[in-house]
Amino acid sequence: MNQIDLGMVDWARAQFALTAMYHWIFVPLTLGLSFLCAFYESLYVRTGKEAWKKIAKFWMTLFGINFAIGVATGIILEFEFGTNWSNYSWMVGDIFGAPLAVEGIVAFFLEATFFAVMFFGWNRVSKGFHLFSTWMVAIGSNLSALWILVANGWMQHPVGMIFNPDTARFEMQNFWEVLFSPVAIAKFTHTTSSSFIVGSLFVITVASWYLLKGRNTEMAKKSILVAAVFGLLSTAYAGLTGDESAYVNASTQPMKLAAYEGLYNGKAKADLVAIGILKGQKAPDDDTDPFLFDIKIPGLLSLLANRDAGSFVPGIKDLVYGNAQEKIVGVKAKMERGRMAVADLAAYKNARKSGDKAGSAMALQKFGVNQDYLGYGYFSQPEESIPPVKLTFYSFHLMVTLGCLFTLFFVVFLYLAYKNSLERHRGLLRLGVVSFFLGLLASQAGWVVAEAGRQPWVIQNYLPVHIGTSNIAAGNVQATFFMFLGLFTLLLLAEVKIMLKQINIGPEEV
Amino acid sequence: MIGNLDYATLQQIWWILASVVGSLFLFLTFVQGGQTLLWQVGKTDVEKSLIINVLGTKWELTFTTLVLFGGALFAAFPKFYATSFGGAYWVWILILFTFIVQAVSYEYRKKPNNLLGASVYELFLFINGSVGILLIGAAVGTFFTGSNFTLNDYNQVKWTHPLMGLEAAFSLFNLSLGLFLVFNARVLGAMYLVNTIDFKGFTDFEARVRRSCLMNLICALPFLLYVLVSLLLMDGFGFDRNGVVSMAAHKYLGNLLAMPQVLGLLLAGLVLVVWGVILTSLKGSDRGIWFGGLGTVLVGLAVFFTAGFNNTAFYPSKVDLQSSLTIYNASSTHYTLTVMTYVALVIPLVLAYIAWVWRQMNARKLTEEDVTGDKAY
Repeated sequence: MNQIDLGMVDWARAQFALTAMYHWIFVPLTLGLSFLCAFYESLYVRTGKEAWKKIAKFWMTLFGINFAIGVATGIILEFEFGTNWSNYSWMVGDIFGAPLAVEGIVAFFLEATFFAVMFFGWNRVSKGFHLFSTWMVAIGSNLSALWILVANGWMQHPVGMIFNPDTARFEMQNFWEVLFSPVAIAKFTHTTSSSFIVGSLFVITVASWYLLKGRNTEMAKKSILVAAVFGLLSTAYAGLTGDESAYVNASTQPMKLAAYEGLYNGKAKADLVAIGILKGQKAPDDDTDPFLFDIKIPGLLSLLANRDAGSFVPGIKDLVYGNAQEKIVGVKAKMERGRMAVADLAAYKNARKSGDKAGSAMALQKFGVNQDYLGYGYFSQPEESIPPVKLTFYSFHLMVTLGCLFTLFFVVFLYLAYKNSLERHRGLLRLGVVSFFLGLLASQAGWVVAEAGRQPWVIQNYLPVHIGTSNIAAGNVQATFFMFLGLFTLLLLAEVKIMLKQINIGPEEV
Repeated sequence: MIGNLDYATLQQIWWILASVVGSLFLFLTFVQGGQTLLWQVGKTDVEKSLIINVLGTKWELTFTTLVLFGGALFAAFPKFYATSFGGAYWVWILILFTFIVQAVSYEYRKKPNNLLGASVYELFLFINGSVGILLIGAAVGTFFTGSNFTLNDYNQVKWTHPLMGLEAAFSLFNLSLGLFLVFNARVLGAMYLVNTIDFKGFTDFEARVRRSCLMNLICALPFLLYVLVSLLLMDGFGFDRNGVVSMAAHKYLGNLLAMPQVLGLLLAGLVLVVWGVILTSLKGSDRGIWFGGLGTVLVGLAVFFTAGFNNTAFYPSKVDLQSSLTIYNASSTHYTLTVMTYVALVIPLVLAYIAWVWRQMNARKLTEEDVTGDKAY
């Protein structure tokens, strides 16, 4: 499996980051706003008040504009695994393909079918059936998130599978383990709850603008009231699931945890970095303080990571070079065993080809001893196992800081909306107008933590990124990178222009 | 019961399921066909709006079926997914491009301040319906004409043609299949428009749509004929008991004779499509789409079954016969196929609610008033 074309890996990664981040501009809004539309329409059906219908229809118009570009940017992702990561697709397609297919069968059709009713069914179906359809779109969208996050969760923490040396690929052994993996559950709950926040912030952004302009004030205040309740509940849920994500990281991806905490030298009673500025240069083993400036909360990291304030949390240095005292095997030792596994696998293949039964049995037995370290056999330096620390650290802290601020933000908006005095707080309304963009920023930062933080692995501990790519010249991927960049930017501009126009037109005319 | 199915049976079930999804997609390309008819049969803004709005409630169904086709192949035949997408790079990328631009066009075409203007979004729809379908046809054509790739010991694909998949569009057979699908989609598109638009006060428009159904069938025929005759005459890629692939004379003719049910599907499908056209263009009926649609599904099934069953390599390599993919060497494991088969049990439920919603939404034909309303595309 010698396929080291670094240019290709870099472009394939860049393209995935580009397409996924573009897609993720629209998806959190779809996930959150779909439920808000369902809430508004439920209020209409329950109360029979036309005002709620108008509100529901207005947000649905904006939902539809966003949904279309979400679909457009999404299709490429499903096929990009094949075009740019074909070796990955073959090696794990047995496991990774299944959730994607399930997503298509159980979720995409719900969205696609009921979306048409939601938008064109007002005069064609009954009130109750229309409401049902709106709920189905919300549930379908979130179900599709479930399956793709199960697939992503499996890449972060591969479970329920074995490696088959005959085909040189990973094969599923237990579907339930894949589906109910704690990482998958944490990913799904944290991603959807944080998307509900983004959806709520979107409503507050648009409605705050109306209040500042003195337009559609009743509609805006009603919208804000529902969005603030939903947003506040979602921040609480996102906090709990975020805590769970970090707890799961501690046991499944300790390197990621160490990177987003900027923890180089592991310790017991480890402190949580609340705010920190990392030094420009830092070697993993130079034992210097990684921070220029920091504010730490004593013992909290140990508590959050292991539910035990006195426990040891390994740092980057421990994980790379090992720590005998804490019984941590370093990457260097794992690389040696990985190289043996690579050699034994090749020997097994050759012996089988030449019909040498005894030789292949022996090679297979030797391979079995080290097969769990196979992925490490493709590293040339132990330091390759370190993800980009600064990017991961700052993204994580940005996400958490904004997440905490959103809680406060929703509390204040809810209180003032309840007291009917929002219009008097113009500074706050201005903050309200930018809040959606902060929400998107936090959401994107969350994915940077999840994906940059697990580098260099495409399958944690088993498959480094450079082994997973397609065997094509980097120029192809480079060309399509710019094609997608150009096309998606053009579509984004169109979407923003249309969205702004519709907001300007307002709920009266839509 | 599913848990006890043997491996080969599961592999065959999944080839059938993938074929069903692929064939349903071909039926649903009435959306793409309708998109290419937009300029030809829609002369006024209202006529165009009627076309866009009847297609607009269905485009996502087609789109989703294509995505499911990809997902099902990934899960059930990952070696095909990895080999074809990772090798025939450009043909797939271009197909995807045409679907990306389609996805925004319905929603954005008539919205104020849409940056590109309605005609550009209409052009996107045309490209999707023409280039997109043509290339899908060319890609399916390679199931019979073969591709240029080798697989190494670790099943990593190496594409040996510099055009990286686009060479598929330069084979007369593949091109003919593609053009047949383009014209067939237009036939279906016309049938669907007749089925869903209330032509009261639009007699010229109706006449144009009905005539175009027949004209497009006539355009499709030479390509269909070329594909069928070539298919019966060409040598194909068979494999023996040990999985060794070799060229077999008149392989696909042999397949049709060895599987008379498949030949039956093909003939019945073609007759149904023609009957659908007769109903639409000559008999003034609006139910042609059901015959044309079912016929297209049957023809699709016949094509996929001929490509994959009766010991035939469905994704053959021209440059290294032993790298060719069969439903037996390209599939997921027994366990994964079993799990996926359990999941597939919900497909009837999915089809049922799609059909139910379809009935609800299409119970009344689309009128001029509908497209001047506030929710029109």
